[in-house]
This record gives sequence, structure tokens and C-alpha cells, in this order.
Amino acid sequence: MSSSYDPVMLSRILTSLTLAFHIIYATIGVGVPLMIALAEWIGIKRGDPHYLLLARRWARGFVITVAVGVVTGTAIGLQLSLLWPSFMRVAGQSIALPLFMETFAFFFEAIFLGIYLYTWDRFKSRTAHFWLLIPVVIGSSASAFFITIVNAFMNYPVGFNYVDGKITDVNPLAAMLSPAMPTKVAHVLSSAYLTCALVLAAIAAWSLLKGRDHVYYKKALKLTMISALVFLFSTAIIGDLSGKYLAKYQPEKLAAMEWHYETTTNAPLVLGGVLDENNEVKYGLHIPNALSILAHGYPSAEVIGLNDIPADEHPPLYIHYLFDIKMGYVAYMTFVVLLFAVFMKLRRTNPYAKWLLRLIIASAPVAMLTIEHGWIFSEVGRQPWILRGLMRTSEGATTSDHVDTMLVVFSILYLVLGVTSVRVLTRMFRTNRAEDELIARGIDGGEGGVKG
Amino acid sequence: MSYEVLGITVLWLFLFGYLIVASIDFGAGFFSYYSSVTGTRHLIQNVIERYLSPVWEVTNVFLVFFFVGFVGFFPDTAYYYGTALLVPGSIAIVLLAIRGSYYAFNTYGSRTSKMYMLLYGASGLLIPAALSTVLTISEGGYIEVSGSREVRFLFWNLVKSSYSWSVVLLAIVSVLYISAMFLSYYAHKAGDRPAFEIVRKYALAWSLPTIMCSLLVFFSIRGHNPVHFDKMLDLTGMFVLSFLSFLVAVYFVWTRKQLGWAFVFVMLQFGFAFFGYGAGHLPYILYPYLTIHDNFTSEAMAVALVIVFVLGLLLLIPSLYLLMRLFLFDAKYVKGNFDKH
Repeated sequence: MSSSYDPVMLSRILTSLTLAFHIIYATIGVGVPLMIALAEWIGIKRGDPHYLLLARRWARGFVITVAVGVVTGTAIGLQLSLLWPSFMRVAGQSIALPLFMETFAFFFEAIFLGIYLYTWDRFKSRTAHFWLLIPVVIGSSASAFFITIVNAFMNYPVGFNYVDGKITDVNPLAAMLSPAMPTKVAHVLSSAYLTCALVLAAIAAWSLLKGRDHVYYKKALKLTMISALVFLFSTAIIGDLSGKYLAKYQPEKLAAMEWHYETTTNAPLVLGGVLDENNEVKYGLHIPNALSILAHGYPSAEVIGLNDIPADEHPPLYIHYLFDIKMGYVAYMTFVVLLFAVFMKLRRTNPYAKWLLRLIIASAPVAMLTIEHGWIFSEVGRQPWILRGLMRTSEGATTSDHVDTMLVVFSILYLVLGVTSVRVLTRMFRTNRAEDELIARGIDGGEGGVKG
Repeated sequence: MSYEVLGITVLWLFLFGYLIVASIDFGAGFFSYYSSVTGTRHLIQNVIERYLSPVWEVTNVFLVFFFVGFVGFFPDTAYYYGTALLVPGSIAIVLLAIRGSYYAFNTYGSRTSKMYMLLYGASGLLIPAALSTVLTISEGGYIEVSGSREVRFLFWNLVKSSYSWSVVLLAIVSVLYISAMFLSYYAHKAGDRPAFEIVRKYALAWSLPTIMCSLLVFFSIRGHNPVHFDKMLDLTGMFVLSFLSFLVAVYFVWTRKQLGWAFVFVMLQFGFAFFGYGAGHLPYILYPYLTIHDNFTSEAMAVALVIVFVLGLLLLIPSLYLLMRLFLFDAKYVKGNFDKH
């Protein structure tokens, strides 16, 4: 058993496991406050109690996901030092500032979320309560912003000199402004908003599909799907810019992702396909010039190929599949969101048709899978580096025993947390349906105070 | 003041903040479970829940803040402590995770479960024990550094050491004491007489063990790390003040008056002892391998961190004040006159 003990590999697995689990809750944590704010704002502006209840019910479920997000976030924060001590020693020198700022954003969010949740009926003015949510929205997005800056630094470290394994002349602000930062941060935020809009849309679609055709659910679906449309466009534009970033600063990732070997102009984009033992692409669909356009914006642009990069610095080639799968998901989401928008606009079609509702429900897990795939693609794509060009992943890991035991312990923990949180959430909304609450609160039917 | 001392002082202050808010939280979780076993839950549950619900998330941030700041100011600590603490640190993470999420499941979910309460209550006592190993390790003797600067954690030394067990004992006992003292104040403020009588009994019951354990730790440092012990003797005044604060706090609770002040004196009691202990520990962060001067972060980073820290405080202090105004010092809320959600 001890002969197969490999702390580097085990540390990588444990870190990916923690992140993969955390990202689900973290994404919800970033996007849902914005959606709650949107609903509450519309509710106040239009004097429509349906939207206010929507915000209230979303907020109630949000607390459960925040709890899991907070504890797994604490886990990843500590695990960074426990599993990657040598890396954190370097990162502590160079990138402590955004890490530190992230905790402030988190602090800010935590304080106002507590206040927001317990003051629904405490202020005379509805807007006063609404304003309490703004720090939550800012705090949650800002913590995603700062933590993504740390990740951008790992993809493209700047702002210091690195001599013989030692960091000197650190410029903390410059380290935050890595070339990878703008596209990464924007993509993370925009895709989190998109995912949350679709997750909340799926909940509304689910109720409608069950034949509960209260106007409350239709309003919820409309609001979330229109938001999804907006975020879909912004995410797509930023995604395109991310490709251009890669071509300029991390060509090895782009080349591995597209199985692009020879440095050429008019480079084609490969969709699908498999790679044989001679590194020949088989069965792939080649779109002429598309890679050059993706990378530089014009068809005759030169794209660097893998052959110009030392073999021991090649990222794993399977990231091509990850990228293709991800783009497949994106195509699906685009299709569903556009379809709903068109059906809404055309008066003769029914946007609440059962088959369309089913497609919308499916788009929520698809959106979450896209987030996971995107992250795995991005993280695996910078292997073998933990700090690109500076420190290999193997040099950053712990040498400690017991990583294998911890892997088992944390796997069980995430399984238990995942299952319980889903059970608590479903029970929460099944025992207290929106229709019942509308009546109980005297919004519909005017029977105030009657509990359903 | 040098940046090193400023840095460690700021971090120590946050650790102290965590010690107080987390103790209230951990102890409350235990009392909440204990009361459900002894059949007094209906009496004290409302008071506990009304305090904890809006603040449970904030408690966690104090801890995150501490360790992120620590790695920022003293990057080498990540290397030494990170390697040594894999097991105790991971145990603490798991316990914190169970506790935080099951608190939310129990409080915001649609039904209360005995199982959730047990997990929540028990983890509250185990977390301080797991976290206190960091303080134990900092005294030296549990880590071996070889010539190639490879760090090895001497786990069995920690298990066999009487010093480490005295620290664990103190951590658990003081959690219960601090929490009960706070809840006495809060229940009194809520005008909840039955709850007050129960938590007052808890507070008095745990006061004597707390002071005995403090003495135990104080003297077992003498055997374990005489250098640190001598330095603490130079700061005797701090520990005397701590003891006097303890007497005042217990006197107030005993006579059922000035409960707000009683809790202030509890904070002073722990504040004096904690800062006395910390000051005596300097300049070492990890005896005898790391001092605050070894591999301190670059000056540019230190300045940046201090600036961000001050700006952050400008944001935090008013926010925390608002939180306290709304939930701690608002008589109507404390008495339970507002709906939840």
C-alpha cells in the first residue's frame, strides 16, 4: 500500500474534489443574490407582491446553499495550505493581497445576509430592506472577483522577479493585474449569473410542468429566462475574448485544446474526433480558418502549435474532449433560451408548452455541468504547472503522510453534505408551496393570516 | 512599531475575536443539545436561536480572516504548519463543515431533527479541541525539521504530551464558560427569567474549572517550554488582571446584576490572558524554527496588506455595529417581537 502512496496525485485529487463540490454552491452563492435583488426590485417598483414573495422564497433556499458554500469554502481555504504548503509559501509572498480582500468581501456579505434575512418585516419602507441586499450582491460577486484573480495569477504569474526559487521585488497590485485576470473574472461572474438564472428557471418550469399554472410561476419563469438571455450573450462575448487571451498568453493551452500541432496560418478548428497513436486526428470535423478567427479575429492569422512547445510542458491532450463537451452544453443552453424568447415574443406560440418546460428543466443541470467542465478544462489545461512557467504542480504538494485517509474522509463528508442539502431544500419547498404561502400571506384570496 | 509586530498584533486581535464569538457559538450549540436531552430545551432554545441565527456566518469569517492573513504576513508558516497540520487541520475542517451546514439545515429547514442537533452540539466541543492543537504545536517539540528543511510532524509526541491535553481541556471548558456567561447576559436582556436561571447555573458551574485549567496550562508550559514560561512571568501583571476580571465577572453573575458588565469582564479576563500568552510567545511563531522576523512578507506586500486592512475595517466596523444594533442591542428583537423570515 505504501508503495502506491503518491501525495502529489492524492493532493490533486482531493483538491479537485473539494473544488468541484464547492463550485456548485459557490456559483449559486454568486448568482442567486443578484436574482433575488432583481425580483425584489421589480416587486417594489411594480407593487407586485408576487415578485416580493419570489425574492423571499429564493432567499430562504439560498441560506441552505450558502451554508454549504461557506463551509466548503473554508475547507478549500485551509486545504490550500495543508496540501500545497510550498506553493502557498510562494503565493503568500505574491498573491496574499487578493486572498485577503476576498475575506473582506466575504465578511461584508455574511454580515448583511444575516441582517437581510431577519429584517423582512422590520422596516416601514420596503426599499430600506432592499438596500440591505446590495452589500450582499456586491460582497458575493467581489469574493468571486478576488478569488478568480488568485487563479488568474496562477495561470499567468506577473508582478515580481523569480530568482532561484525565491520571489523578490513583489508589486502586489501588478500581481493582481495578470493578463489572464480580465477575461477570467468576467467569464466566471457572467457564467455564474447565467447558471443561477437557469437553475431558478428550472424550478419555476418544474412547478408549471406539474400543472400548477399560477401566474406566480409564469412571472418567475419569464424573469429568469430573460435574465438568462442577457447573461448568455455576455458570457458568449467574454468566452470569445478568452480564446484570444489564450492565443496570446497561453498558446500551449489553446493548442492542446484544439489538437493543433503545426504552427500555421489559416488554422482550422477541429470539432470532435479522436487522436490516434501518431497524433493524427481522426473523424474530426474541420472548420477551415475558424481557429485563426477564434484566436486572433481574422482567418489568415498564425496560431502557435504544440510542436513549438517543449514536450514536458504539454497540457494533457484530453482537454480537447472537455472543451468540445462544454461547447455542446453551451449550444443546448443557447437553443433553449432563444426558443423561449422567440415563443414569448410570438403571440401564436405557447412558451409554457410541456416539451419546452422539460427542455428548460434540463438546462439547469447542463448549465452546472458547463461550469464544472469549464473549470476542469481550465485547470487541467495549465498542467504541468501550478504556477505557469515557474513551479510545477509536483513541487508544490505536501510531503505529509495520510493524504489518502483525508481523501476518504472528505469524500464521505461531501457525499453527506450534498445529499442532506438537497433533501432539506426539496422538503422545504414541498411542505410550503408558493400557492399556499400566497394565500397564507393574504396576497391571493385576501384570507390573511390563514396558514395552509 | 515594525510591520512584523503590527501584523501579528492585528492577527492576534482577530484570533481573539474568533475565540470570543466562536466560543459563544460552540457553547450555545452544546447547551442547546444538552437542554434537549435534559428536557429544558423549550426554556432556552428561543434565546439561543435568536442570537445565533443572524451571526453564525460571521463567526466563520473571523477564522478564515485569521489564517488567510497569517499566510499573507508570514508565508513560511504555510510551509511549516501546513505540513504538520494536515490531520488535525482536516479534522477541524470536517467538524466545522458538519457544524455550519447542520446548523443551517436545522434552523432553516422545515423540521428539527435530533440527529442534526447531536451532530451540531457534539462538533461544537470537538472543534476547539482540534483547533487548539495549533497553539500546542507552536510551543515546539512536536515538529522535526531535517537538514533539507523537510518538516515531519511527531504525532505521537502530541498525543502523549500532558501539556497538549491540558490545552484541550482549557479550550473545552472555556468555551462552555464564555458561552454561558454571554447567554446569561442575553437571556437577562430578553427578560426571559426561566432561561436566565438555567444559563446562569451553567456559567457558575463552569467558572471554577475554567480558572483551574488556566492555571494547569500556565504551569505545564513551565515543563514544556521554560523560555516561554519565563517570559510570561515577566508579564505577571497581565495574568493578575485577568484573574481580577474573572472575579468581577463571576461576582456580577452571582448577584444577578450588571450582566452586560459581567460579559465585558469575561472578555477582559480572556483578553489579558490571551495577549499575555501571545506577547510571551514572541518573537517565535513556531518555537524554535520560526520567528516573526524570518521570511516576513516583502515590505510592499506588508504595506498593501495593512492598507487593505484599514480600508476593510472602515467597512467592517460600521457593518458589525449595525448588526449588533439590530440583533444584540435591540430590545424588541431580543425579546422576540419579530417574525423570522
